[in-house]
Amino acid sequence: MSNNSNAALLEFVLRLGDNNLILGHRLSEWCSNGPFLEEDIALSNIALDYLGQTRILYTYAGTLEGGKTEDFYAYERFEHEFTNALITELPNGDYAHSIARQLYYSVFADLLLTELMKSKDATLSGYAAKAIKETAYHLRHATDWTLRLGDGTEESHQRMQKAIDDLFMYTGDMFATTEKEKSLVAAGIAPDVPALKAAWTKKVESVLKEATLTMPDAATWQMQGSRTNRHTEHIGYIIAEMQYVTRAYPGNKW
Amino acid sequence: METLNPLVWNGKEPELWNIANEVVDPEIPVLTVVDMGIVRDVTREGDNITVKITPTYSGCPAMEMISTDIKAAFHRKGFNNVSIEFVLSPAWTTDWISDYAKDKLEKYGIAPPPRSTADKNAILGKPKEVRCPQCKSLNTVMISNFGSTACKALWKCEDCKEPFDYFKCI
Repeated sequence: MSNNSNAALLEFVLRLGDNNLILGHRLSEWCSNGPFLEEDIALSNIALDYLGQTRILYTYAGTLEGGKTEDFYAYERFEHEFTNALITELPNGDYAHSIARQLYYSVFADLLLTELMKSKDATLSGYAAKAIKETAYHLRHATDWTLRLGDGTEESHQRMQKAIDDLFMYTGDMFATTEKEKSLVAAGIAPDVPALKAAWTKKVESVLKEATLTMPDAATWQMQGSRTNRHTEHIGYIIAEMQYVTRAYPGNKW
Repeated sequence: METLNPLVWNGKEPELWNIANEVVDPEIPVLTVVDMGIVRDVTREGDNITVKITPTYSGCPAMEMISTDIKAAFHRKGFNNVSIEFVLSPAWTTDWISDYAKDKLEKYGIAPPPRSTADKNAILGKPKEVRCPQCKSLNTVMISNFGSTACKALWKCEDCKEPFDYFKCI
């Protein structure tokens, strides 16, 4: 493989891995803070799935770069080196906000993985076939709760609608791509992510409708940045917490 | 000696597969890692043994312990050069748990997954029927799709009122 296509593949694998790591880290903050025990366990389980998926991807990235470990990508990179979609790094907000994000992201992940299963890269297609089974459960979880909160009490409906509205401006960034990634699409390795937008809108719309919620205006201004190394202010706080121990004790093993 | 799971054993190296079959799943000690379909292949080249394993869920925290336990089992039998290889493809499925192992699960108090993931309802968390492992009633309801470990959901029985784990179908 040429250096260019290797760099493109590495960028794409890290994009997938970073999405999983940062969202998984955010969800793990619900551990022991869930609204009730079963949800505490559910959100922690989903966080664990994302973490496991991250490890597969970071390990693969390490082989592409010749010998870097999965820990390097999580613990030794700075904010601008992370390429996660902006929506994954936002603070959890109230429970409705976390559910709205899970809905937006799980619908996206399900579509992405469905396409990635057809990748000509055997590691990526194998990863997708594994991850999509877990994502089916995440999507079902997010859908169930969107229905329950949206079509629940007046208070839950209003808060779920607010969460859906608040987060909508970050959804467009999930579909952002790069020139390098386009070369992988042409080679049949990466799916055409921007092309997933129509199916995503349709699916989210149908869930919201069933939940008696209103789909935000498609013309809403969209925040962009994750593919051009620009983040919200929140990424630094996540990384500071995540990397503190490894930076305080470099190279330590336990 | 326990039966080797016919859904994963390729009929080769029975001695080595039987050693792997002594290792139990740390979370579900009633099943071995061969019963679970976690062990995908055991091969020998000279003195070197390679055991291929696959995780049930990507984030399964038991994989490290399973690797260590498999190595230890082989060391006890005098095989000192054992390497563990992680494989992802094909993705693990509950279809690899044999009927014999499903019976063991139910006796242990965990409702086993349905017979096949080909039943789409089962994948979507709506299996046709989940039988209470305690009183065998079919009058059961799901409490949460996420349970005590990544591979289990939490259910309860409306007849005997006992909560129980259900092995999720994937």
